[in-house]
Amino acid sequence: MQKYKCTVCGYIYDPAIGDPDGGIQPGTAFEDIPDSWVCPVCGAKKTEFVKEE
Amino acid sequence: MKPLEIKKGIYWVGAIDWDLRNFHGYSTQLGSTYNAYLIIDKKITLVDTVKHYMFEEMLERVKKLIDPSKIDYVISNHTEMDHSGSIPEIMDIAKNAVIICSPNGEKGLKKHFKKDWKFKVVNTGDSINIGKRNLNFVLMQMVHWPDSMAAYIPEDKLLLPNDAFGQHIASCERFDDEYGWDRVQTEAAKYYANIVLPFGAQVNKAIEAISGLDMDMIAPSHGLIWRSHIKDIIALYKKWANNVCEKKAVIVYDTMWHSTEKMAYAIKDVFEEKNIPCEIRNLQASHISDVVASILEAKYICIGSSTLNNGMLPTVSAFLTYIKGLAPKNRIGIAFGSYGWGGQSVSDIENILEQAKFELPIKGLKAQWVPDEAELNELKNKIGGIIK
Repeated sequence: MQKYKCTVCGYIYDPAIGDPDGGIQPGTAFEDIPDSWVCPVCGAKKTEFVKEE
Repeated sequence: MKPLEIKKGIYWVGAIDWDLRNFHGYSTQLGSTYNAYLIIDKKITLVDTVKHYMFEEMLERVKKLIDPSKIDYVISNHTEMDHSGSIPEIMDIAKNAVIICSPNGEKGLKKHFKKDWKFKVVNTGDSINIGKRNLNFVLMQMVHWPDSMAAYIPEDKLLLPNDAFGQHIASCERFDDEYGWDRVQTEAAKYYANIVLPFGAQVNKAIEAISGLDMDMIAPSHGLIWRSHIKDIIALYKKWANNVCEKKAVIVYDTMWHSTEKMAYAIKDVFEEKNIPCEIRNLQASHISDVVASILEAKYICIGSSTLNNGMLPTVSAFLTYIKGLAPKNRIGIAFGSYGWGGQSVSDIENILEQAKFELPIKGLKAQWVPDEAELNELKNKIGGIIK
């Protein structure tokens, strides 16, 4: 599945890992994360993320 | 106001803020410095600037070396205004200068200063030749802002990492060995605890990125320059980044009529009995930025508050807000407090500690009104049972 990178802090969202502390289970595609979710490192909104090449 | 040559052709041209006592809420009892560096080469390069009100001090040092209008490059390793604050003034003088910064640095500087300056954006791996030297750039995102980066000069074995490895110390000395490792280390720890602690993963990444570099000097943007204790401070950064804790306890509390204080001192006895070093901090006496320096390496963090108006005391609430944001990991939390009726403070503290991912091996340590000896002994027994 496609990884996404936070343009603010460089954190990479890996769907295989998810973000359990943020309530996102492993295996969740980035597109399926709710809009209220924020970057676990810097708190940036989901809209700050871009596809990781 | 003299510049100081730290390497052949590279000068410290910063400013010393002797009177600074409050750095956005961080208690800076020793003041601080804003370290800017001037590199005299084919392209004259200024690395970072100083807080806006100290511009004249930096300028005076620069003028002892060169005509500041000849500056070609201004490197902005970090957008925060204690380092970028004099960029507008210097750009007014050095009309042809180009600002070199990270992608987030460009965004941030434009938002801060709304100026139409010339920018050159660099990323990790980019290098700019300034004559005899090359400036190699390493992005250090979130150490401690999105824009943070370091410049490395291989010819001089010099790393300019901005806030990383910094300390808030105003001093006549410029180098670690002149000031003394113990004193620099203490302030480096306080700086890490207050500024860098949330970003352990990013610190590890940054250290990995610089670990292969041949360095004999690290010149941060605050405090002393490292030349004798480079390995020591990097080792400490690794320890702190990985939240490696010592068997140590810190008891942080506030009290109204000394009942919660009695509990705090009873808990301290338990740690003493087990030969675990234990600090005790009353939030009416200690500044939260000093308290977090104490907890940087502490495994046990005990937090106490009386119940006031069906909640915890505001000092404790502020402290917990700070701790939650700083997000220390691998910690054991113990909440305690006295109350008259209600008694919500303890569960309120526990809720926040749980959100902050503390391990809470015991809950509900409350005492009504004034705890007597039997109650304090019971408290000691309960806590003694969970401390290994």
